[in-house]
Amino acid sequence: MKLVRYFPVAFDSIAANKMRASLTMLGIIIGVAAVLTILGIGRGASESILGEVASQGTTRLTISPVTETEGEGAGSPVQTLTMGDVKALADPAFHPDVVEVVPQYAGNLQLVAGSNNSQVRVTGTTAAYADVLRLEMAEGRFLTEDEVTQMSNVIVIGTTVASDLFERTQVVGESVRIDGEPYTVVGVLEESGNAGFGSNDESGFIPIGAAHGRVFNVPRYRGEYVVTSISADALSEERVEAAELQIEQTLRLRHGLNAEDDNDFSVSTQASLLETIDTVTGTLTLLLSSSAAISLVVGGIGIMNIMLVSVTERTKEIGLRKALGAHTSDVLLQFLIESLVLTLLGGLIGIAISYGAALLVSRIPNFSFDLLIGFDALIMAVGVSAGCGLVFGLYPAMRATQLDPIEALRYE
Amino acid sequence: MPGPSALIDMQEVTKVYQMGETKVLALDGVSLSIEEGEYVAIVGTSGSGKSTLMNIVGLLDRPTDGVYQIRGHSAGDLTGRQLADLRNREIGFVFQQFNLLARAPAWRQVELPLFYAGIARSASRQRALESLAQVGLADRADHKPEELSGGQQQRVAIARALVNRPGLLLADEPTGALDTRTGEEVMTLFEKLHAEGLTLIIITHDQEVADRARRAITMRDGAIISDSRGAAATAAPGGTNGLREPALAPLPRPAVMEQIEEKVYETG
Ligand SMILES: Nc1ncnc2c1ncn2[C@@H]1O[C@H](COP(=O)(O)OP(=O)(O)O)[C@@H](O)[C@H]1O
Ligand SMILES: [Mg+2]
Repeated sequence: MKLVRYFPVAFDSIAANKMRASLTMLGIIIGVAAVLTILGIGRGASESILGEVASQGTTRLTISPVTETEGEGAGSPVQTLTMGDVKALADPAFHPDVVEVVPQYAGNLQLVAGSNNSQVRVTGTTAAYADVLRLEMAEGRFLTEDEVTQMSNVIVIGTTVASDLFERTQVVGESVRIDGEPYTVVGVLEESGNAGFGSNDESGFIPIGAAHGRVFNVPRYRGEYVVTSISADALSEERVEAAELQIEQTLRLRHGLNAEDDNDFSVSTQASLLETIDTVTGTLTLLLSSSAAISLVVGGIGIMNIMLVSVTERTKEIGLRKALGAHTSDVLLQFLIESLVLTLLGGLIGIAISYGAALLVSRIPNFSFDLLIGFDALIMAVGVSAGCGLVFGLYPAMRATQLDPIEALRYE
Repeated sequence: MPGPSALIDMQEVTKVYQMGETKVLALDGVSLSIEEGEYVAIVGTSGSGKSTLMNIVGLLDRPTDGVYQIRGHSAGDLTGRQLADLRNREIGFVFQQFNLLARAPAWRQVELPLFYAGIARSASRQRALESLAQVGLADRADHKPEELSGGQQQRVAIARALVNRPGLLLADEPTGALDTRTGEEVMTLFEKLHAEGLTLIIITHDQEVADRARRAITMRDGAIISDSRGAAATAAPGGTNGLREPALAPLPRPAVMEQIEEKVYETG
């Protein structure tokens, strides 16, 4: 049985009825284009976020307090992480895999410059913060160790803050006021571009001592100022887990936790964050593409519908073909291959459309990610359209074979 | 007298159509024998069973009862595939409504039986053009049905019926949809083909058409009420019983056909 013989028959029949053919293909075109585009968006967004996270270093650990579970302050963070913990963690003898320990105390403050003011997330921290968080400077420099120990009135701001306050970003040497006290701008951070994830455009950084002692009304715990979080860098990507264990041990000891007590802090690593993001975007993509896949099924049923109509419409043709010597298998293959050709054409057009969408998206300036259509997705699209053609073409084709040639010839 | 070599032999054939509760007796015990090379007209009023008879002769339908033999082989013993192959190779059909495919050029229509005979597309176009030339439509090969007159469309259908060089041509009211003059053209063509050795069975309710045949069978209510062999029958050019000259050089036959023919014709 030479299957290729039926393809010209299919093409002739499609060419003879272009309107019906394009309507039949429409469902598959939309389905394939939707699935591919959504998969592309999912993959593109995921790559973009993962890249962002990875660019901030994969050796970083973040220690945060857990939230209170009972009493008045339920839901707010427990205030047990202190500068004492920071100093303890900085001891390399007990933490051989931890290289940098950076405390942070953050809160929202009003910054004033002349007649402008801006609500800013201000973080008190140390000089090493820029290294650990991989911050890039647009202007000036980050806080120095001297400024941190002397609790100087200096501040590093993000680009949005700079333009809000001064309507420009070259503002090193200018002065801003916090609670009436002047702070000299020593640096402006590089614009991070994407609003949201990991952006510091709307932040300010001051020496931790200034934050603790003057700016915020920071409570103490066992005689030490509390911090809102601690960032640390592990020696290498492979030592992240070891560093995590060393940190955990010290903090449990210092916080006087018994063996049965849960941690009153949590340590998160970039690696675990990457994993979480990967699962979340994967789940999202799966969810979206399964709803797009439903449109494929709907498209497939559309094909079955139109093929059934086509079989009825062509009853006379089928009868004639049988009278002229067509075997049952000839009729079956003719309709099956016609349906296959239709869905394959539809699938190819759908692929072309999704590629067009990808090209368009990549042309949009400042759009945070590209549409990524992989080779595997293409193979899948072609396979699914062909499968649709065969599955949804089978029933109409079988109906065609069951037509009695006499009935079919009598049919008007 | 019907001999063992009769092309068509029917004994007490009945055909009953079930229409819901009611049964329609379309053929009521028809016995009939037709030799190779005959030119037979079947006449009768509408609903008398002519088309039903032709469908059974043409292996499109099976009798409800009775025996139908074609070249000594009982149609009831043949499989669906064998019946299809016999229709394809041995029988040509011409219908009242032409039954051409919409939007396909004439040569594509004529090519259709060759496709089912398993002949490659490259060779079949040439064969289709030859067949069109035989019915005088060599210059209309690329015309679609809507670009042809009724008479031309029927000639395309005849070219299609002839393209596989069948021994038997069945025509069900072939002039029914044509005016007198084009009907005359078609009848002249049929007579030429008969003269070349084709066995011809034409259904008609036009007495003039029937009168031109060598043998006229009249039907009423599913039965044959008269069967007149004109004097011309014995003197007919094709009346040499089984010694039909092929109209054109024989086609190379596909392997499938050979197998079936061995089976069908080994005792024939
Ligand atoms: N497929 C069918 N189903 C039911 N009845 C049929 C069918 N074909 C023919 N008949 C009936 O059988 C009888 C003979 O029909 P037909 O052979 O078409 O007659 P004719 O061709 O002489 O006009 C008619 O009564 C017709 O209604
Ligand atoms: Mg009739």
